[in-house]
Amino acid sequence: MSAQQYDVIVIGAGHNGLVTASYLAKAGQKVLVLEAREQPGGAAQTREFAKGYRTSAVAHILHALHPKVIGDLGLEGHGLKATENRIGTSAMLPGGARLDITDDKAATQASIARFSPADAQAYHPRMERLVKLAGALGSFLMKTPPSPSPAANDFQTKLALGMFAVQLRLMGKKDMLEMSRILTINVADLANDFFESDIVKGLLGFEATLGVYLGPRSPNTVFNLLYRLASMNVKHGQGGLFLPQGGMGAVVDALVKAAKTAGVTIRTSAPVGHILIEKDVAVGVVLANGEEIRAPIVASSADPQRTLLHLVEPGNLDTEFLRRMRHLRMNGCVAKVHLALDGLPDALKQAQGRMVVAPSTNYVEHAFDCAKYGRVSDNPALEIVIPTLSDPSLAPSGKHVASILCQYAPFKLRTTTQDEARTQVLERTLNVLDQVAPGVRNQVTASEVLTPHDLESKFNLSGGQWHQGEVTLDQVFFLRPAASFQQYKMPLPGLWLCGAGAHPGGNVSGAAGANAAREILNDIRKTTARKGAA
Amino acid sequence: MTHVQHLKPFLKKTPFHDAMEAMMHGAGWIRWQGYYSPAYYDSTQSEYMATRNGATVYDVSPLIKYAIKGKDAAKFANYLVTRDLSKVAPMNVAYTAWCDDDGRMIEEGTLFRLGENDFILNAALHQLHWLNESAYGFSVEIEEISEQLAGLSLQGPNSRAILEVLGVQGIGKLPHFGIMETIVDGHWLRIDRAGFTGDLGYEIWVKPPDALWLWETLFRLGDPYKIAPMGGHALEMTRVEAGFILVDVDYIGSHHAIRPTQRVSPIEAGIGWAVSLKKDAYFVGKRALQKEKAEGSSRFILSGIEVEGRKPAPGAFLYADEKGTKELGLTTSAMWSPLLKKNIAFAQIPMAYTKPGTEMWIEIWYPKEKKIERSMVKCWTRNRMFFDPPRKKEIV
Repeated sequence: MSAQQYDVIVIGAGHNGLVTASYLAKAGQKVLVLEAREQPGGAAQTREFAKGYRTSAVAHILHALHPKVIGDLGLEGHGLKATENRIGTSAMLPGGARLDITDDKAATQASIARFSPADAQAYHPRMERLVKLAGALGSFLMKTPPSPSPAANDFQTKLALGMFAVQLRLMGKKDMLEMSRILTINVADLANDFFESDIVKGLLGFEATLGVYLGPRSPNTVFNLLYRLASMNVKHGQGGLFLPQGGMGAVVDALVKAAKTAGVTIRTSAPVGHILIEKDVAVGVVLANGEEIRAPIVASSADPQRTLLHLVEPGNLDTEFLRRMRHLRMNGCVAKVHLALDGLPDALKQAQGRMVVAPSTNYVEHAFDCAKYGRVSDNPALEIVIPTLSDPSLAPSGKHVASILCQYAPFKLRTTTQDEARTQVLERTLNVLDQVAPGVRNQVTASEVLTPHDLESKFNLSGGQWHQGEVTLDQVFFLRPAASFQQYKMPLPGLWLCGAGAHPGGNVSGAAGANAAREILNDIRKTTARKGAA
Repeated sequence: MTHVQHLKPFLKKTPFHDAMEAMMHGAGWIRWQGYYSPAYYDSTQSEYMATRNGATVYDVSPLIKYAIKGKDAAKFANYLVTRDLSKVAPMNVAYTAWCDDDGRMIEEGTLFRLGENDFILNAALHQLHWLNESAYGFSVEIEEISEQLAGLSLQGPNSRAILEVLGVQGIGKLPHFGIMETIVDGHWLRIDRAGFTGDLGYEIWVKPPDALWLWETLFRLGDPYKIAPMGGHALEMTRVEAGFILVDVDYIGSHHAIRPTQRVSPIEAGIGWAVSLKKDAYFVGKRALQKEKAEGSSRFILSGIEVEGRKPAPGAFLYADEKGTKELGLTTSAMWSPLLKKNIAFAQIPMAYTKPGTEMWIEIWYPKEKKIERSMVKCWTRNRMFFDPPRKKEIV
């Protein structure tokens, strides 16, 4: 192969990899995307798990795809309908009681009032306030984190920081103080401050701990809640929860089309063995089959551990930096359960599109207790989605698919084997499910369980962590993936991170990919200018 | 003098202890890495003179030694240290630094390359944690072997003659920084031609049970060659004359610096020659050191200076002018050299002043008749290796 055929190699055709590739290609770079699996999409794809039954393989609800990414890449022109099939949330209690949260404020209030009139009154003002606070954080999603040394920041970064301060101040004194009070506390305390009914507190506790190895009483969980709520503002996300037609794969289909239109080459079944390094600089990649492909820029959308501990061979990065990477908190704790269903019990049919089983703070905390000691939760908290309700084409006619997040199933297990964990996840999920939707167990005709371990081996997510590193205060913003390396540029010259392991982190948002592309282009411009001057 | 009475129960004895104790005339024991180590036996002056004019032995057993072996040992060692080990053949010693991510020096010491993938790292401070952390991803085994070897440093102009009468074949051909292994009277010996005195000298390593045999034999055969024991105080004098730096004296090891600015790069510590920025492989801190070199951002270079007069100048400030309006830096180690008849010191001075012969001023505070007096005298930059006799590297 002739040298320097590509300007940029992007590792991984997950949504962030595709976003980075598209931005770079639109700016005139010749981009090659290398994907290890047979199809693009990474953790955002639709796949068949039983004959005739398809579902979003990992992420299953669209809420955070950044509007700027959608606009910049013209994803709607490529077939994306990001705000189709809006869904509400039902908190389900064993025995059939249910609380529905929808866009209909009055109906939502009436539904909450059946559990607590006080909470019915409090719900919207409280949640709107949280969304407002989250919005202030949300404006950082599409910004490159600043450097801790003030002199190293350019005008744009300083402006963004200044605007953040202004925004905080504009929230008014009360909200600003509230923000500083709640940012680091645990969600159980927040829920006690706000509400009185177990069902609302349990729901809030679940929202705040989903995807982190923390329980509702762990500090820092309010931050995770705000992080998720940021997308409820239409400036930073979809402004609600959506089930895309065709599953998450539809998002990736649009991204693939956008990338190809921009001139990106995508090669699937092309796993990268290691990054090619010459004279301490990344100059390309070597595929697992030995093929060498060169490019002056390598952008990896694989997680930081995979990229920096495995794809970069030992002896190329500094000791303390590698220690930081090894110690990233990446203990994935959410398992994915896919069920093929003969029919749908009424309980699941009548509820909102997203059902949550987290009856109380204690329920979630107890579920976490198991995980804390390296076991699958005895009674897991669940998030259930029936994608076939909005898109019947995902299953044979009249049949259904349930896509379930089972929390907690920790990656780091103490004595449980992987096979035992898989069985336990399925068994315990079905147990809990049967309590809120009696009879569902008998309608299961096929099932698939993806434990965090499976997510690691099948989707190359280190630790089975959905967000390529937990989104907690110590692992976000200018600390993601590590202090001094938050600007997508890795210490190895030529190597960039463009996945969720970099700021702003997880969710199908594309923000990390877009930010990385912007920084890469800035760097190319600077380098060209320097060469021009010389 | 260091008082160690209260530490006595905690200190261990090296394999040479009984032999040393018999010659200990004063209360000369000090603690070195948890072992009894002699600061002096009788008089520092006589031990110093014995080293410079005859030969002395110093017990180096307390040195911390790490064996590094395994498939990737060469790759790992080359990643760990600043020297280019691809240029160090087996059975050779490399003096080198090792740094943290920021290119600040953790420590420096000697690395023995015994085979392609067989090394021993000698350190003054414990490094196992750092070695293990750095070894992530490499197929290497790292083991502390400090107590598996006993070592005597035999230094001085007569040292080779003593090894010849001991019956070490080919000792004359052993090059400076070379290593050899041999059997004498059924005892295994590893000898390297290095030391801390800057003179002709060797380090002799034996299995601990052979330690007293080695001591006794050296003193018996070495008697006509004026062999004597030496303590740490005399060693301190010789190492300053030789220009060798010492951790936590001439620089602060980066892992225990209190302030980040206390940490120094090997370039600043005056051993820039041991940093191979051009080596093929990456090493820890390389990018930071390349940046320091490219930007010329070294704050100072630890250099040798010769001071006017005879008053030793430890911890003294250097100035560009007699009035002392422009401060240049600070001395670390300093002494009056009885052999060279010179007042010498190591000083942290800006790059622009490192050319030998550059004149500066130095402010020395000294005790005189129960008063502290100040003198401002001239000093000049010198090669830090004040004492460097041709016999150090001579092959016979």
